[in-house]
Amino acid sequence: MTDPIVRVRDVVHDFGRTRALDGVSLDVPGGIVYGLLGPNGAGKTTLIRVLSTLLRPAAGHVEVAGVDVIADPTAARMRIGLAGQFAAVDAYLTGRENVEMVGRLYGLRGAAARARAAEVLDRFGLGDAADRRVATYSGGMRRRLDLAASLVGRPQVMFLDEPTTGIDPRSRMDVWELVEDLVRGGTTVLLTTQYLEEADRLADRIAVIDVGRIVSEGTADELKARVASTVLEVHVPEADRARAAELLTGVAGEAPATDTAGTALRVPARDGGATLVAAVRALSDAGITPDDVALHRPTLDDAFLALTGDPATHAPTPTGRTRRGRRGRRATEEVAP
Amino acid sequence: MTAATGTPATGAPSGAAAPLRGRITPLDAVRDAVVIGRRNLLRVVRLPQLLLFATVQPVMFLILFTYVFGGAIEGALPPAAAGEYLNWLVPGLMIQVSAFGSGQTALGLVEDLEKGVVDRFRSLPMARSAVLAGRTGADLARNAVVIGLMVLVGALLGFRYQTSFPRFLAGYLLALGFAHALSWVMATVGLLVRTPEAVQSAVFLPVFPLVFASSVFLPTATMPSWLRAFADHQPLTVVTNSLRGLMLGEGALPPGQVLADQVLRSGLWIAGIVLVFAPLAIRAYRRVAT
Repeated sequence: MTDPIVRVRDVVHDFGRTRALDGVSLDVPGGIVYGLLGPNGAGKTTLIRVLSTLLRPAAGHVEVAGVDVIADPTAARMRIGLAGQFAAVDAYLTGRENVEMVGRLYGLRGAAARARAAEVLDRFGLGDAADRRVATYSGGMRRRLDLAASLVGRPQVMFLDEPTTGIDPRSRMDVWELVEDLVRGGTTVLLTTQYLEEADRLADRIAVIDVGRIVSEGTADELKARVASTVLEVHVPEADRARAAELLTGVAGEAPATDTAGTALRVPARDGGATLVAAVRALSDAGITPDDVALHRPTLDDAFLALTGDPATHAPTPTGRTRRGRRGRRATEEVAP
Repeated sequence: MTAATGTPATGAPSGAAAPLRGRITPLDAVRDAVVIGRRNLLRVVRLPQLLLFATVQPVMFLILFTYVFGGAIEGALPPAAAGEYLNWLVPGLMIQVSAFGSGQTALGLVEDLEKGVVDRFRSLPMARSAVLAGRTGADLARNAVVIGLMVLVGALLGFRYQTSFPRFLAGYLLALGFAHALSWVMATVGLLVRTPEAVQSAVFLPVFPLVFASSVFLPTATMPSWLRAFADHQPLTVVTNSLRGLMLGEGALPPGQVLADQVLRSGLWIAGIVLVFAPLAIRAYRRVAT
């Protein structure tokens, strides 16, 4: 692997007496979507704010695109784009005016700012709506405009803080496609999400963050494999159930669990497909014909729940204070779908 | 989603140009402030009701004070007012408008903080000073229009400066300078308070007594001595007296005051307020997210 484009080392940050980041270290390779997954108040937003120069951590080292973010935030800002939790666009300006303004603040002048704005607006499917006031835009359009604005400066790294929170499923898919498109263009995207589906679909690598610490890191498949194995589920007629359980114990090395209805027998399938074949052969040799046989791969939900523990114990941690004065809004926005 | 097999090379995306700015120069800072100021003014232009309400309020004061109190007060005014309370009132209202209007600076900043716009700005390679400079600059332009409109209505009702147009203009500019200084105070207040509801109170609570315990509406001569001691020396009175001196003539000043001296004091107040509060506001802005 080449040098990581985002390098975080031992970052610590406190809000008052609450430790929001408790020694976070991670490496993000260039050219991928990297997902930060965690429950409310885990420190996702705080970490994004540190990476995007909005927050100076109490301790630690942060490098983005080869620039020390803490020592030289201006140089870092030239190389990053940020789209926050709320679409930071001006309702009384047109889409074009919003994007052009950000272009000018990146240092583009006159015709160059106009040309770049038109290019980005077209790319985000906002060409036709560009000269309408944003007040007339739907939530999904505002979000796309916000993403467009953060791309004007051709950032090497894009930080997206919960890019699909609060928008409808169709707009969410639009955003996913835009993110995939961005990465194809060579941009590295680091996004936070509390939607497992989103992390699974978009992120090449995922860091699970909980109470200010990275609790696990890897590809979605690695995370799933790390916390739970594939399960073989067999349904057999009632009469054969006791015999089938014996046979499955022989194959899997442990007695099967039954589900609440008592119709399914479940054993860990440590060898995946091979376990399934062995189980079916054993049942067949004994003259048992199963009603149904299935391999269940663990979902990211399983991994997430196993890694972050009981979500109820830290849902309302005081790290919600990362954004003072909008605790209420933050709490309501972060309710999972 | 599959694992990242064959990670693409790190570095600039194919479409990426070299960073547009190496370092932020003072010229960049001015450009950025203009971009932000233009954005803030577009809001005023696009939402004309904002400007309308900002103008209606001083016009209402103008009419109410002139017709309700004017008759009772005229006898107490110095001859420089030419027997018209309106002539006395308009320079005072310029300062009243400045004081009440300055709260808009705080509200505008807090709104941008709330909506995450300030986060966006702070993540851009722009001058740190531009958000505040653009805000106070746009508010200066807005005040220029609101005060101008108020004077225009005053002129329709019968306000006449008693000196010369250049002196009237000097008074107008002095009022704008004071409005600008108050904008920096309110920027500091807004950035420290940070919630729109609290900002409303934090802004208007001190402004009311400051405006009334001054020479803005009435001469201070009849106030009790303890109040007068405050009213005569607070900046709103100093600047209001200067405006009256400039617009109505030296005779409009309280006995013993010299116009040049009052104008100098006004200038010192304005400079002093800006020198204290601009750094405080910038400091509060820097700290706003940490």
